[in-house]
Amino acid sequence: MAPNGPHLRKLAIVPAYNEQGMVGRVVREIERQAPGFDVLVVDDGSTDHTAAEADASGAIVLRHPFNTGIGGAMQSGFKYALRHGYDVAAQVDGDGQHKPAYLPDLLGKLQTTGDEADMVCGSRFRGDPGYKVPVGRRIGNLIFSIVLTAICRQRISDPTSGFRMTNRRGIELFARDYPHDYPEVEAILMLHAHRLRIHEVPVRMNARGFGRSSIDYPRSAYYMAKVLLALFVGLFRRRPTPVEATGEGELVEPPAHDAATSGGSAG
Amino acid sequence: MIALPLAASHEVGTKAQIVAVIVAGIFLGVVLELVRRRRLVERYALLWMLAAVAMLVLAVWRDGLTTLAHAVGVHSPPNALFLVALGVVFILLLHFSIATSRLSEETKILAQEVARLDAEARAAREASTNGGPAAEEAIGSEGRVAGSGSAGAEEPEHQGPIRS
Repeated sequence: MAPNGPHLRKLAIVPAYNEQGMVGRVVREIERQAPGFDVLVVDDGSTDHTAAEADASGAIVLRHPFNTGIGGAMQSGFKYALRHGYDVAAQVDGDGQHKPAYLPDLLGKLQTTGDEADMVCGSRFRGDPGYKVPVGRRIGNLIFSIVLTAICRQRISDPTSGFRMTNRRGIELFARDYPHDYPEVEAILMLHAHRLRIHEVPVRMNARGFGRSSIDYPRSAYYMAKVLLALFVGLFRRRPTPVEATGEGELVEPPAHDAATSGGSAG
Repeated sequence: MIALPLAASHEVGTKAQIVAVIVAGIFLGVVLELVRRRRLVERYALLWMLAAVAMLVLAVWRDGLTTLAHAVGVHSPPNALFLVALGVVFILLLHFSIATSRLSEETKILAQEVARLDAEARAAREASTNGGPAAEEAIGSEGRVAGSGSAGAEEPEHQGPIRS
């Protein structure tokens, strides 16, 4: 079916919030550039015609009844991938920033590195970013990059990039547990804590296609504080390694976290 | 050293300062532990940490409270502290009221969606057991399944999501 790994079931997850002008183009571009991928659009409670546009372009569509944030949308995608037995799941943002033309690159790296990579991240900072990254973004990214590079003991050059692809182990992990908002940076730490391995591939991106970034100036302070807090606390969190050999197509129940997470219902 | 009986009012103030620092420190630790156990999301943790840090600052920087009091036009610094604390608590409560309102709205939407899906699923199941063209009809009339056709027939096996 596709030049890369015809036996693997591959899913491109497209989180979209009010992207009616862009989401159809993104879906068609994925189908053109990476024909081996099924496309799943997660409409995160859009108030415009995002779901209808996605549907018309032939994608599978999940509709959230209200907005849950990018983390909630992506986790819906991972849960879908787990339940339907996909081997590979990629994230391609619905705003057109990520170029589906690089999907084969990411997939190639995921496969050639075999057991050594559980997630491949598209990085803007291992080559030409493809557009002028605003200075504020660069600085924020650099701070996270330094912190994560120190923690993971490997170079993480673009921790805020959402353009990623993961294998079954990553899908299982993220279906069970994925950060709420601004999840990209924390997700790297989760992978590291679970001893899943990360590789980077240089990619170019587009400046945002439509509208403005979800992270405007007043929110960047919260963004920095939230993610740094999450990273700090994450260091002290016991992380169980992913449950192996789960039943095919079964949703994995989260193993009880540290103390009582189930609110003492077992009394 | 702290336990030594000290007469001068300045020293008593120092003692109170130490207590305040310890309390703020414990509070900060509790908040972090709650985040670690996933009882508290980062968003609210940051709010409480801000409060704890403000407490720390006011405990350590004693002139700060006096400066603050004069800035607000209150003569007695303790009163200024109460005023500020009360204001912060009011804002927090309003914030939580807003959050609770949003949550109840979202819960309502979820219940409605589940009810709709449940009705559709039951109708589809019934139609598929009956077989024939009725099945296609029931599945085809998406969104109004419960109201269409032989709606009365599916009343007995009421498998609503709200069964205790």
